[in-house]
Amino acid sequence: MTENSVIKLSHVVKKFGNDTVLDDIDLVVNTGSIVGLIGPSGAGKTTIIKTLLGMEVADGGQATVFDQTMPNRQLLSRIGYMAQTDALYDSLSARENLKFYADMKGLSASQTKEEIDHEAKVVGLFEDLDKRVADYSGGMQRRLSLAIALLGQSELLILDEPTVGIDPALRRQIWKELKNLRDQGKSILITTHVMDEAELVDDVALLLNGKIIAFDEPNNLKTTYKVNTIEDVFLKAEEENQ
Amino acid sequence: MRIVAIAKRVLIELLRDKRTLALMFVAPILVLTLMKIVFTANSTVNLNVATVSVDSKIAQQLDDTKHVSVKKYDTKKKADKAIKDRKVDAIINFKDNNYYVTYANTDASKTSATKMALQSAMVTTNINNLKDTVTQLKDTLTKIQASLPPAAQAQMNRPSDNKNQAQKAPKIHNKYLYGDSDTNFFDKMLPILMGFFVFFFVFLISGMALLKERTTGTLDRLLSTPVKRSDIVYGYMISYGLLAVIQTLIIVLYTVWALDVQVTGSILLMILVNVLLAMVALAFGILMSTFAKSEFQMMQFIPLIIIPQVFFSGIIPLDTMADWIQYISYILPLKYAGDALSGIVLSGVNFSAIAVDLLVLLGFLVVLTYLNIVGLKRYRKV
Repeated sequence: MTENSVIKLSHVVKKFGNDTVLDDIDLVVNTGSIVGLIGPSGAGKTTIIKTLLGMEVADGGQATVFDQTMPNRQLLSRIGYMAQTDALYDSLSARENLKFYADMKGLSASQTKEEIDHEAKVVGLFEDLDKRVADYSGGMQRRLSLAIALLGQSELLILDEPTVGIDPALRRQIWKELKNLRDQGKSILITTHVMDEAELVDDVALLLNGKIIAFDEPNNLKTTYKVNTIEDVFLKAEEENQ
Repeated sequence: MRIVAIAKRVLIELLRDKRTLALMFVAPILVLTLMKIVFTANSTVNLNVATVSVDSKIAQQLDDTKHVSVKKYDTKKKADKAIKDRKVDAIINFKDNNYYVTYANTDASKTSATKMALQSAMVTTNINNLKDTVTQLKDTLTKIQASLPPAAQAQMNRPSDNKNQAQKAPKIHNKYLYGDSDTNFFDKMLPILMGFFVFFFVFLISGMALLKERTTGTLDRLLSTPVKRSDIVYGYMISYGLLAVIQTLIIVLYTVWALDVQVTGSILLMILVNVLLAMVALAFGILMSTFAKSEFQMMQFIPLIIIPQVFFSGIIPLDTMADWIQYISYILPLKYAGDALSGIVLSGVNFSAIAVDLLVLLGFLVVLTYLNIVGLKRYRKV
């Protein structure tokens, strides 16, 4: 494995009771790359993310982020996280939400001000910063949630289904921004069940029943499985594994 | 720093939730006003009355009254000590042909019961005296008739003496150890109710708030930042502590000025007790919210956790209940707050008198807070 890996999962096992949710997972995210984690619901995507954030502890194997074993509270300041749910405070304005999470991340006052304006511009919410979140549309809330994850110049972004419920134009815009961030040297782990988004990542990991059944660049996968889309790769890989 | 940010956020959220604010501040006032109107003292109570140099006939009459037991004391001093120690509820001191009655007045129903018992005892004794006098008169008249002129003058004097004494009936002078003659059942309940309101609303609202953080995913997101688990708990404590101060002030000021209830002790001490109680309620609410999956399930804790505390908080006198029931009350935080608040409002006790109650509340707080900080591990392992 390369030395500049940001996330490294080796032989990670996670069980809830007798139910094995993650079974011998190996996954590497290198600096400056976007890794997509795709799989049906219940495959274990969220559990992988929770293990990376220290919300769960692996029952076996090792999970390291920035070469340190998770869970580790201090490391969290270097990770930007966006959950499946928007996780916003409805009665606060967008600015207050951003300010609160900036405080939680431990940003300085001047940095906070600067970043709120910057991230709001990135997700196109600058004009609406002082509106209450309750008055936001679903898409706006999703964007605000992304802006919160971007706060603090985190070196690693972990995004759980960031484009769910977002219209196509905005989705394209978000992907453009993600690629921008990658080009600035940030690492991104993204989960999705939209197969065509899997074409946009640098490496894609196919997750099924708690196992990674394939992990490679999208084009390589297509060549290996001799198909034209990632969706077909997924279906074929699924067949082979049953 | 993070603690302050969390406290600030929780406060802003609360301030913008006008209905919840109204519930916290207006509902207690509404309920207290209604109770003031509805409650007039009336219930069966057991009285312990101390008597000092009271005519044995009256004392006997009092002792014969239902639910009243009389204890004779040699000096007023000894009786005073007994009332301070809460051994007796009233002292009846007979001096210079007048009754000087001191009521402990911590329980208004006992005060009024004592008044009634003394009145009826005196009336009965007077009637008995009159009867005696009449019998004596009869006797005398018969004697006069029998033994005519010689001793007549001397004999005639005696009944008139008796008559004079009966006419000059002894007066009753009332004195109240705590409170005044306006103190009634409502006043006795008030301090406990105050504690109850603080406990109830803080428990429910904070529990709901943390539940909402969990179900909307903000708790997960919060825990994905380097915030300490304890920071979250302390942040909540600061904001709800502040809220409890405001709530207590509103309730106290309203009851003192609008409902005309006398607070004997220090209002600052009351705030101290209430804030401590609010913290316990908060920690309790947060802890219970982890066992609830929805707001409705949170409501289900009301009959399980809130209502029993009301029964044992002292609103209903515990001393008439079985021993084992009294032991239950020792594990309920509201009992200690109720005791302390009653002491402050009714007897004006000072800090040292409620120190034990405060310590127990503090103990509850420390244990519950610790459980909460550890409990948050469910959502993040560090």
